[in-house]
Amino acid sequence: MLLPLAAVVDKAFAGGFSQFWDAITSPQARAALELTVSVSVVVTLINVVMGTVIAWVLVRDEFRGKAFVNSLIDLPFALPTIVAGLTLLALYGPHSPLHVDVAYTRVGVALALLFVTLPFVVRAVQPVLLDLEREVEEAAWSLGASPALTFRRVVLPSLRGAMVAGAGLGFARALGEFGSVVLISGNLPFKTEVSSVFVFGQIENDNVSAAAAVSVLLLLISFALLLLLSLVSRRDKH
Amino acid sequence: MRSRLGLRAVALGYLALLLLLPVGLVLYRTFEHGIAAPLDSLTSSDGAHAFWLTLEITAIAVVCNTVFGVITALLLARKRFPGRAFLSGLVDLPLAVSPVVVGLALLLVYGRTGWFGSWLADHGIRVIFSLPGMVLATIFVSLPFVVRETVPVLEELGTDQEEAASTLGASSWQTFWRVTLPAIRWGVGYGVVLTTARALGEFGAVSIVSGRLVGQTETLTLRVQNEFDRFDLTGAYAASALLAVMAISVLLLMTALERRRRRTAT
Repeated sequence: MLLPLAAVVDKAFAGGFSQFWDAITSPQARAALELTVSVSVVVTLINVVMGTVIAWVLVRDEFRGKAFVNSLIDLPFALPTIVAGLTLLALYGPHSPLHVDVAYTRVGVALALLFVTLPFVVRAVQPVLLDLEREVEEAAWSLGASPALTFRRVVLPSLRGAMVAGAGLGFARALGEFGSVVLISGNLPFKTEVSSVFVFGQIENDNVSAAAAVSVLLLLISFALLLLLSLVSRRDKH
Repeated sequence: MRSRLGLRAVALGYLALLLLLPVGLVLYRTFEHGIAAPLDSLTSSDGAHAFWLTLEITAIAVVCNTVFGVITALLLARKRFPGRAFLSGLVDLPLAVSPVVVGLALLLVYGRTGWFGSWLADHGIRVIFSLPGMVLATIFVSLPFVVRETVPVLEELGTDQEEAASTLGASSWQTFWRVTLPAIRWGVGYGVVLTTARALGEFGAVSIVSGRLVGQTETLTLRVQNEFDRFDLTGAYAASALLAVMAISVLLLMTALERRRRRTAT
């Protein structure tokens, strides 16, 4: 496992650091990287809000079919990413029965990333919410705090760690996502081409060193993120 | 009360628009004009080949990762050795690496111009653009699951029963088969299910190392894209529907196992 990754690093720097730098700062590579990071940030923010809402509804609300909805959350983990891409294209593509066509746009890219990263925040927040003592909230309530204030001052602080952990994992996943994006984005350079698709294109065009350079950059970002997350979770435990 | 209904509507509406409707629509589109066309596409020689190839790769990857996963989990949970934290981090690595990068990495080691490329060519072994490469890619991306599901079960289990068994004269092999393995079977089972799901659905890494040759190195996921690129939507939808059905079965299995595991835990 280490050997193949070492080979990528080796290839990226085979032509020296300046060549590596040129490869990751070429206009097309930079556009792809900026798009990847910015869409991933937007997707992560939406995930934090919607993931928490969904977790909340799954824990605190009672309705018929809740068990079904609960297992539905894991669907993006189980469904192959390319199938996810095709399903989104069927509903939000050129032949959309809803007349919403986001194919080949950045909204389409975001939609694909939202699909595949949905479970992370929900599954991180859900167990924490289950363990939360309801008495504290009820106490805040009876002391006259509004529901919004209770949520912000009482519930949110205990959920924060889980939200950050889930968001971080989702963000790392979004950075490297390929299969679900490839069909719906149309892979237009400078417009909808994300980094992983850029890497794929460079491999197909036999420009392996540029592919390796961008790969190394992606690896570095993910590692830094995972390291940061484990530091944060360790601090939270103390 | 009203805010609770509001939240429920927001959450369920979001899930319906993002998950349920798209997947439902693909299933509907597949069988829109009857079952004959998608069935023909799947039972054509290329379609059937893709199906069996997918199962073959998944089976090999699951067996390898289960054996490796249980051994690694035992090491991580039971032994203290230098580099333990490093190994633990290493196991999680595939979760953070883009599948495309995994594909590139394998290409650079086993490809024609890769590190072992000329040695492999001299011995007539083909890894890239053939089965071994695709299996390697699949093993790589689905590696963490059995380990991650088994380690916490082992840690919770403790060593009391194992020590009792060995005091009573059981060999370490007997202890493993008779005591440890039955106790961790639900954890391992859950990990195996996750591994299967990931292996069935792998696309990015396999796409790079396989060359996507129709009828030769085309798995079901690759077939979805190949058919789509060829404007054969029926074929793409048929392969997708088959994969979706497999994914939903895996999901049901997960739910059942989770329930089973919770019952044995209490």
